[in-house]
Amino acid sequence: MAQLTAPPQLLTTTLGKAIRWSQQQSMWPATFGLACCAIEMMATGTAHNDLARFGMEVFRASPRQADLMVVAGRVSQKMAPVLRQVYDQMADPKWVISMGACASTGGMFNNYALVQGVDQIVPVDVYVPGCPPGPQSLMHGILTLQDKVVSGELAR
Amino acid sequence: MSGDSSPGPPAAADEVLASLSEAVPSAEAGHSVGDHVIRVPAEDLARLAGAARDHGFEMCSDITVVDYLGKRRVRFEVVVNLLSVQHNRRLRILVPVPEGDPEVPSLVPVYPGANFLEREAYDMFGIRFAGHPDLTRILMPDDWMGHPLRRDFEVGAVPVQFKASPRVT
Amino acid sequence: MMAEPTATTDIWVSGTEAPDVSEWMVAGTDEGAQEMERDETVERSVEQRGSRVVDDWVVDDSVDDDERMIVNMGPQHPSTHGVLRLNIELEGEIVRRVKPIIGYLHTGMEKTAETLTFLQGGTNVTRMDYLAPLHNELCYSLATEKLLGVEIPPRAQAIRILMTELNRVSSHLVATATNGMDIGALSMMMYGFRERELILAFFEKTTGLRMNHNYIRPGGVAADLPDGWEEDVAEILERIPLAMRDYEDLLKENPIWLGRTRGVGIITADECLAYGVTGPTLRAAGVPWDLRKSQPYSGIEAYEFDVVTGSRGDVYDRYRVRIGEMHQSLRIIEQVVDTMPRGDYKTTDRKVSPPPRQRIDESMEALIHHFKIYTEGFKVPAGETYVAIEAPRGELGCYLVSDGSGAPLRMHTRAPSFSNLQALPIMMADSLVADTVACIASLDPVMGDVDR
Repeated sequence: MAQLTAPPQLLTTTLGKAIRWSQQQSMWPATFGLACCAIEMMATGTAHNDLARFGMEVFRASPRQADLMVVAGRVSQKMAPVLRQVYDQMADPKWVISMGACASTGGMFNNYALVQGVDQIVPVDVYVPGCPPGPQSLMHGILTLQDKVVSGELAR
Repeated sequence: MSGDSSPGPPAAADEVLASLSEAVPSAEAGHSVGDHVIRVPAEDLARLAGAARDHGFEMCSDITVVDYLGKRRVRFEVVVNLLSVQHNRRLRILVPVPEGDPEVPSLVPVYPGANFLEREAYDMFGIRFAGHPDLTRILMPDDWMGHPLRRDFEVGAVPVQFKASPRVT
Repeated sequence: MMAEPTATTDIWVSGTEAPDVSEWMVAGTDEGAQEMERDETVERSVEQRGSRVVDDWVVDDSVDDDERMIVNMGPQHPSTHGVLRLNIELEGEIVRRVKPIIGYLHTGMEKTAETLTFLQGGTNVTRMDYLAPLHNELCYSLATEKLLGVEIPPRAQAIRILMTELNRVSSHLVATATNGMDIGALSMMMYGFRERELILAFFEKTTGLRMNHNYIRPGGVAADLPDGWEEDVAEILERIPLAMRDYEDLLKENPIWLGRTRGVGIITADECLAYGVTGPTLRAAGVPWDLRKSQPYSGIEAYEFDVVTGSRGDVYDRYRVRIGEMHQSLRIIEQVVDTMPRGDYKTTDRKVSPPPRQRIDESMEALIHHFKIYTEGFKVPAGETYVAIEAPRGELGCYLVSDGSGAPLRMHTRAPSFSNLQALPIMMADSLVADTVACIASLDPVMGDVDR
């Protein structure tokens, strides 16, 4: 609260920019760990790599409270409907990071059991390469997503 | 909190095998790359497994199937790996199963731990285990068609068999 | 060792005479009924109790039908360690029956293995149990080598033991960390992952990757240990015991931890054996069964260590066994460092191992040989074999069939988590619903291992 005697402290911006800025700074991921990448996602969240620096250490177990789905691992044919349902249950605006080779393309498993890329089921904003991507790669993917959000490229 | 199991070499190895072959005359004992194996026709599998458990093989560590399509006259072979903790030895039972009637008796009454293993074998190869309490698919979705680990099942990817869930608003 | 279980536990009574199962009534259910329906037969009940395992639940008529419900847990749940799904039948707060539903991470690796050569196969198996990738590689390599009949040089064997035992420590660290987190000791999560980074940094330095290394290959290991590995391992050996003292301070006598784990999720030795349960769960039930002792592999019999066992078979004992095993693994690592032999890190058998880089520049034959090994792969004599090693979760087996070509005819993995998961209904029957996550975490199932 600015006191009346103080000089007015103002910041002018557009409403869109303000919304995008706030969306960028508090992206809460849903825990959607599937396979090997989930362990690296957990490692990203713990003390050594500390995802809290980017305002997103709060992994939400309920998709209703999450903004970002990190699809960490291989998506099997049996898991595909579940994944889609979790995505549908997330409230707008929502983003998806496809973490790792398997989630992005099916990886080395070109066979009957896997969905060959999670983008066949849900729209993906950022792909993180690696098998599994290290915590640094995942953080880079997250920062890329935040940049895209704040620049308006991914305005929702 | 520490103990030391110091099992000796399986001295009575062939006694056990001989005794098992005596209990089930159709069983044929042999060796494969240094392991003890017994080949037995499907109808005697449950009897042999029961006899093996009485001889101290208290754990069924693995059940799987090999598809010898185009390699052997009898297409499938069910492989049962038994483990004896008290005698520290293993025994492998091989059961040839024809393609036309892929059925073997279930080992669940003898080894309850065979439950998941037999369901997996059924799911992947379509081998029926007679007497299994819940012979359903375990790894693939319930409505999946075919048995993917058979040699004649295509190797490449299968398009997503998936209908969109009702939109949640 | 195989003593009759005593009927003193307050949760589960075994070894008593079989009840008349036709009396068992199965409660009517609504939600989730389609999944549980198949269970509602007498045969299913017989199967669930097993041949030597007795379910003593008799339906209490005084319980209101409103108290009975089926709760679906998973496949997307933070405490199921991946994509495990459980159908839990509750009577008020008491868990009556549990049915694990798996397959949500089925990757078809056994099919993929048939399309890869024996040398490429390591990339496939290492992704199965992603917390213990080196054990998967070791088991697969041992099976291939058994069919090939090649000798592995002592240095390669020692490197294998060093790496797998480090991997056992890192895997148990994650198991303990997630076990703590699930029960509410969130600091344990931070501690466990902190020390794991230390080991992973060494793995990255040695193998190039933090996980999924493909480092142990048929014929030896992919590369020699990096320069200065002794200092790295010495740091691990110094810091992890210190950190483990922290865990002990945090958990060992913590009244909340004891309350949540003592007497919870009990499973007896007989039940473990009947259901094919191995690893720390079996040892916590009092059976000193460790394949490293009883059926040694890769020269591990040369090192001194103890088999850690528990007595009660509850969640707390499994936690104690894991902590004890970490100490024993560090003990083995210490001995490996002291006695690391010199020599080749992979076999010199030209059938399996490509010619050295230097020879390729000099000789056309060496170049062709090198090319053939990496394109066609080496031929493995026809035969079938089963090799088992002690992975952090129990007996990890590899059943390998070769038809004499460069790729396996069939590669099957006996996954420890897959069999261990069958024990979950036994552990959880008649326990409180709040103990569910404690039981799951103490089993430490890795879904990549379960579903493959």
